[in-house]
Amino acid sequence: MENVEKEPLFSAKYRKLLTNPLGQDNPITVQVLGICSALAVTVKMNPAIVMAISVMVVLAVSNVVIASLRKMIPGRIRIIVQLVVIATMVIIVDQFLKAFAFDISKQLSVFVGLIITNCIIMGRLEAFAMANKPWPAFLDGLGNAWGYGWILIVVSFFREFLGSGSIMGVPVMEKIGVYNWGYEDNGMMILPPMALITVGLIIWVQRSRNKTLIEENK
Amino acid sequence: MSFLLDKMKKMEPLFEKGGRFEKLRSVYDGFATFLYVPDQVTSRGAHIRDYMDMKRTMIIVVIALIPALLFGSYNIGLQHTRAFGIVDWSLMQMFWFGFLKILPLIIVSYVTGLGIEFVAAQIRGHEINEGYLVTGMLIPLIMPIDVPLWMLAVSVAFAVIIGKEIFGGTGMNILNPALTARAFLFFSYPAWMSGDTVWIEGLTKGGAIDAFSGATPLAVAKLDGIARMPSAMEMFVGTIPGSVGETSVIAILIGALILLVTGVGSWRIMLSMTLGALGMGLLLNLTGGNAYMQIPAYYHLIMGGFAFGAVFMATDPVSAAQTNTGKYIYGALTGILVVIIRVFNPAYPEGTMLAILLMNVMAPLIDHYVVQANIRRRVKRVRTA
Repeated sequence: MENVEKEPLFSAKYRKLLTNPLGQDNPITVQVLGICSALAVTVKMNPAIVMAISVMVVLAVSNVVIASLRKMIPGRIRIIVQLVVIATMVIIVDQFLKAFAFDISKQLSVFVGLIITNCIIMGRLEAFAMANKPWPAFLDGLGNAWGYGWILIVVSFFREFLGSGSIMGVPVMEKIGVYNWGYEDNGMMILPPMALITVGLIIWVQRSRNKTLIEENK
Repeated sequence: MSFLLDKMKKMEPLFEKGGRFEKLRSVYDGFATFLYVPDQVTSRGAHIRDYMDMKRTMIIVVIALIPALLFGSYNIGLQHTRAFGIVDWSLMQMFWFGFLKILPLIIVSYVTGLGIEFVAAQIRGHEINEGYLVTGMLIPLIMPIDVPLWMLAVSVAFAVIIGKEIFGGTGMNILNPALTARAFLFFSYPAWMSGDTVWIEGLTKGGAIDAFSGATPLAVAKLDGIARMPSAMEMFVGTIPGSVGETSVIAILIGALILLVTGVGSWRIMLSMTLGALGMGLLLNLTGGNAYMQIPAYYHLIMGGFAFGAVFMATDPVSAAQTNTGKYIYGALTGILVVIIRVFNPAYPEGTMLAILLMNVMAPLIDHYVVQANIRRRVKRVRTA
């Protein structure tokens, strides 16, 4: 080990690994990765939350595994090795959901399996876990998955609330009684384009608050 | 009138930099230039100044829309009497009935849209864009008369914010804002944008006479076959159910004439779009696989929103192709797509809106290749010379 000095578990540097992906280095709104699943599973909140947790488990564990193996993996076949690790984790998560949360597993259908192709996971393994120790890799995995997850949850909140009139399956709009005043759910919120537009609006809000994210016009 | 001008001149310093209402500068500017020709003079160089600025252009389009609006008002009344079996209404009564029904739509459209435009202009420190003068008039004309007002307001807000302001306001938008509003409504609240009750005032609440169907000719052609469609003459005159302004081809042609004579609308787009739809219709007539494909080709020009779309929507100078060759390609493809969507897509009886929006997206690409082809040709000429 080159680094003789031992860093404390939650040094400022390590805490950054957790917090940066939430905001200024967010995988969805800044790096624009993992968009496909953000469109697909955000119609309702419950699947979105389960998806966020699944991605968190897969990403954190694969990050740790790859980081521990990083010196043994030959450079030429590293992508295959990474894929094997991710695929194993995804299958475990998928089987777990099928056993303990069958309804939600059915709603998520292929999208749990498609976590394998989620760009964020491959990206973190390749960019971070291959060059760092297991502990920072674990924190990085948690941070990025949470950065991905909270966007998913916010998007799904708006899509479910405006599109189906409910929050986490509870029919809020019906309880308030707005349907009697002529209110109707917005069918377009359920369609994928509105997920894209909602993500775009979040990016808009984020960039107008944090001007450093705005690219210069060339 | 000079009284008003004096008053405005007196108020002007308040809106200058450092004045009390500095923040509302663009509001003042908007009103001042709306009422009077700006008195600014170019100080350097030779410039030709024309009174034909954006505001005048926009006003001409609004004037061209008036025939469609007037006929639309009459038609609302007419359809209402037909649906409910009223026989003793005079022409004026029908007109007033329709006019009072459409007025709230116009007011909501303008108040919401202009409100957002004003706020956006203050935030960005821009001038207020005139584009909404036309959009605000177009939107009520392409809506079913029975659409709830709050839905209209939501769709207008969506169109102005997402369709226009995000891209930088009038002149920068990719999609036609009025059609964006309609598309938003169409996909958000499909029950209010299709079917056979929304097109006629009061029919959604029921109570029509027996065996009355308020379906548009397009829906009839799709579901019941051509035999039960209204006659070509009826569709040409416009005494059929449909969106407010789209039904009468005659009224739209008067508008088209105004646009063409003043040079505001592009004849290239109107012509090529008509030919495109006609050509595609004839082609389908030749192959004739099912009943809908055998509909006479010219029917496509007079039913649904085709005429309105070709004259007022596809010719939108911002979202259409800019080059002359590009306009021919853009128009022809729009016309072809309209017919294809109408005939082949089971989900959408009307294709004009979707075809124009799709081609709006393609327009910059068309322009790009037209410009590139021109550059290549000229480079070749220089090389050979």
